[in-house]
Amino acid sequence: MKLVSKNFDVPDSHKLAVCEQNGGYTRIRKALEMEPQTIIDEVIAANLRGLGGAGFPAGRKWSFLPKDNPKPRYLVVNADEGEPGTCKDKYIMTNDPHLLLEGIMIASWAINSHTCFIYIRGEYVKQAKILEAAIAEAKAAGYLGDKMFGKDFPLEVVVHRGAGAYICGEETSLLNSLEGKRGWPRLKPPFPAVEGYLACPTIVNNVETISYVPWVIELGGEKFASLGSERNGGMRLYSVSGCVKKPGVYELPLGTNLKDIIFEHAGGLFEGRRLKAVIPGGSSSPVLTPDEIDLPMDFDSLAAAGSMLGSAGIIVLDDTINLVEALAVLARFYAHESCGQCTPCREGTGWMRKILDRIVAEGGRSVDPANLERIAKNIIGNSICPLGEAASLPVIGFAAKFPEEFAEYVARGETAKPSTTAVAAVI
Amino acid sequence: MPTLTIDNQEIKVPAGTRVIEAAKLLGIEIPHYCYHPALSIAGSCRMCLVEIEKFPKLAIACHTVATDGMIVHTNSDKAEHARTSMLEFLLANHPLDCPVCDQAGECKLQQYYMTVGRHNSALLDNKIKKTKARVLGPHVILDSERCILCSRCVRFTAEISKSHELGIFNRGDHSELLNYPGKALDNPYSGNVVDICPVGALTDRDFRFKVRVWYLDSKPSICHGCARGCNIRVDYLRRRFHHNDGKRIARFKPRHNPDVNGHWICDAGRYSYKQLENEDRLLTPQVDGTPGGWDSVLAGAAKAFAGHVSEFGVNSIALITSASLSNEEMFTAQELFGNGLKMEKIAWRIPPGPENKDDDLLIRADKNANSFAAEKIFTSTSRAKDVEEVLAKTEAGKIKAWIVLDADLGPAFGDERIAKAAESLRFSWYLGSYRNATSQACRFVLPSTVFTEKEGTVTNFAGRVQHFPAVVSPLGGALPLLEIFAKLAGRLELPTVETNPARVYQSLGQSFEHFAQPIYAAPTAKAAPTSKVS
Repeated sequence: MKLVSKNFDVPDSHKLAVCEQNGGYTRIRKALEMEPQTIIDEVIAANLRGLGGAGFPAGRKWSFLPKDNPKPRYLVVNADEGEPGTCKDKYIMTNDPHLLLEGIMIASWAINSHTCFIYIRGEYVKQAKILEAAIAEAKAAGYLGDKMFGKDFPLEVVVHRGAGAYICGEETSLLNSLEGKRGWPRLKPPFPAVEGYLACPTIVNNVETISYVPWVIELGGEKFASLGSERNGGMRLYSVSGCVKKPGVYELPLGTNLKDIIFEHAGGLFEGRRLKAVIPGGSSSPVLTPDEIDLPMDFDSLAAAGSMLGSAGIIVLDDTINLVEALAVLARFYAHESCGQCTPCREGTGWMRKILDRIVAEGGRSVDPANLERIAKNIIGNSICPLGEAASLPVIGFAAKFPEEFAEYVARGETAKPSTTAVAAVI
Repeated sequence: MPTLTIDNQEIKVPAGTRVIEAAKLLGIEIPHYCYHPALSIAGSCRMCLVEIEKFPKLAIACHTVATDGMIVHTNSDKAEHARTSMLEFLLANHPLDCPVCDQAGECKLQQYYMTVGRHNSALLDNKIKKTKARVLGPHVILDSERCILCSRCVRFTAEISKSHELGIFNRGDHSELLNYPGKALDNPYSGNVVDICPVGALTDRDFRFKVRVWYLDSKPSICHGCARGCNIRVDYLRRRFHHNDGKRIARFKPRHNPDVNGHWICDAGRYSYKQLENEDRLLTPQVDGTPGGWDSVLAGAAKAFAGHVSEFGVNSIALITSASLSNEEMFTAQELFGNGLKMEKIAWRIPPGPENKDDDLLIRADKNANSFAAEKIFTSTSRAKDVEEVLAKTEAGKIKAWIVLDADLGPAFGDERIAKAAESLRFSWYLGSYRNATSQACRFVLPSTVFTEKEGTVTNFAGRVQHFPAVVSPLGGALPLLEIFAKLAGRLELPTVETNPARVYQSLGQSFEHFAQPIYAAPTAKAAPTSKVS
């Protein structure tokens, strides 16, 4: 069964006519006959979670909008897909932009918003063009603009391209960036639902989350919920990358067993390789050992296993991968992308990168693994936004679950002559 | 009015109070860098993390609003560990160049290291290199490596001076505070960023490498640069004057007063300390440019005065006074010359030049410290309040003598006009602190002390009476104006003049209701230790 990815393989699926032949824009017509609150209730009943990574129930988020605020409301679609190992939103925007637009229309109707921004990552040039074209088509057809489907309900959709910062995928940084400010996360509270874009009530949802909204309307909340597991409604797109035969984006129910995703859907490992580790939900999620992957892929099960479902970007690492080097790559990424606003993340990510780069280049010191873990733990919970945590969890996970890989580097470093940097530090 | 508990002490606070402020009310200082009560909340240094019961994780005290029943622990193990960790992070890339850093001794990194840090460095790698000794503007220099990116200065230039010169550039641990390209940190309040910088990143080019702060003593004072009367702290040396080019006063710093100047002072006021001990100070009495002893010069001055009065009467004499004298000095001058000698021409009004304007923050167009009191005290008897009128009458030959009280008339009327007008005078006294065209035009020069060398009160433009103590002893042979008045009164065989400012103020209060409120009894007369950043 396919929902969001149903039309991915249809030729020219990004065009309005093709899309409509395949069921596009039927759900919005249905939704416009429904009371906005009924739609919100359906989304709540559907257990639709925030599929950008945080997993926050979408319907509940919508109901946080203040009822008595006279300011305009905004819907912002987070298309700043930057989590390493994740490429699902790109597929939606490339292959079925009208599905996203239909979701935007339904959501806007439900929350009474007349302006929607799609904040798309700067590197998605092609997707931004496809979206612009789709918006133009929808506008020409009278689906968007002053009167959405002839109803006295204006809706404008604006594509806003980011400038290539991972942090702008964090919703409050995104809003700052959208406002033309530096992409720094905001302090919460207030949450965007109360004070978001231009201090107006704003709902920020991921592309995939919004793209499932038409399916919630088509199937009904209960039916949609029943597709997934408990409290994790429906399906989602799993991006599988790394050492598998068939990497790609797979749409499967929430709660699908991780082992099945890797070994059945993604074709399993290459011949003669041994599984070493799996990152289950984008690079920020704590790594799993081969013994730990027999579990249902939903938000609650992963959290119970000490990891997280996140963006469902599954990265498979086999025995050809040096995990310390892999971790150094991640550390470099997070140090590069830390916005630098708050102390622990700014200094901690840079420090961890320095240690890992040194370990990889010239071997480690006996104090390094414990120090890495200590730094990571001191970041967690103390930073303004989740980036600090995202940078720290992999370090803690790798260090705790694969100590032998670090031990090798430490042994090499301790036997080698002290490096110039180490000597300088001792002096 | 929510009631919350902080470290087992209950306190009721106004709704909307942040936990950090609530703690302050209880006398608990929660360590912080980025928080400043006069700026928006950044919440970025993460130093003020505290444990709040029922919160899933530690919360920053600067941003968390106190709510009813909230239970806060500022010193729990978790909170202390977080604070120590944040400090370790902040110091990880800090150059630790305290021995050559001007901030040493008043640095929040040093202070918190001693209270919550005391760890050994775990850093085995090199520190990040950043911009050093970058001149940001006429007064401020930046060492980016010392910067902890608290963004206080950025917020100051955005929210207070509204001049927008500073920003934070780049990301992660390469983030750097810099001025925007082509934009110097050059605004009338730029020195304040040095005060609010909790570390040694922004230092004062004027103070740089001069004095180690632990050699400085401090006394509270009132800036005399304009009619605002900003509350300041005078930092001065008791010895080792050679550190400071042989001068005692090393700097002015703002002193918080929410009713007058908030946390700030303007640059003009900040650097006005320099003239207090400059080479233009009058240090010995003079007659016709020749230095003499107090006794001989006073005798000559009194004789000239008495002779003149018997020949032409007091109404041929004009008293030209600065509107920056203290309340006590003005009152004594009025008692002595206005009420005692019945002089009718007492002038102090000089309109501010067109270059002087009030601004939205502190600066007043009126560059006199005490015009308010001059209007109150001299108005009753004076018939020639404008200095212009006195000058015109001098030029017309109607006024034949001047007694000038610390008024420099050159800037407003031109040095040449003053010199020319003074030529026709039968006699002239100049009681003042600085050599200028007016002092040079006067026959008898009696050197008086500047405000840091005398005690007194001044009244700001809004009528607020503020006290300032004598910070240092009189320079050279200068004397406080009240003592010069007393000596002159003695020579002229007039009633004794009170020289104790507190007692003069009492009499002032009896004559003018505005000054009836006691000022000298207040404990503010004593130096209150104030920390550099709040």
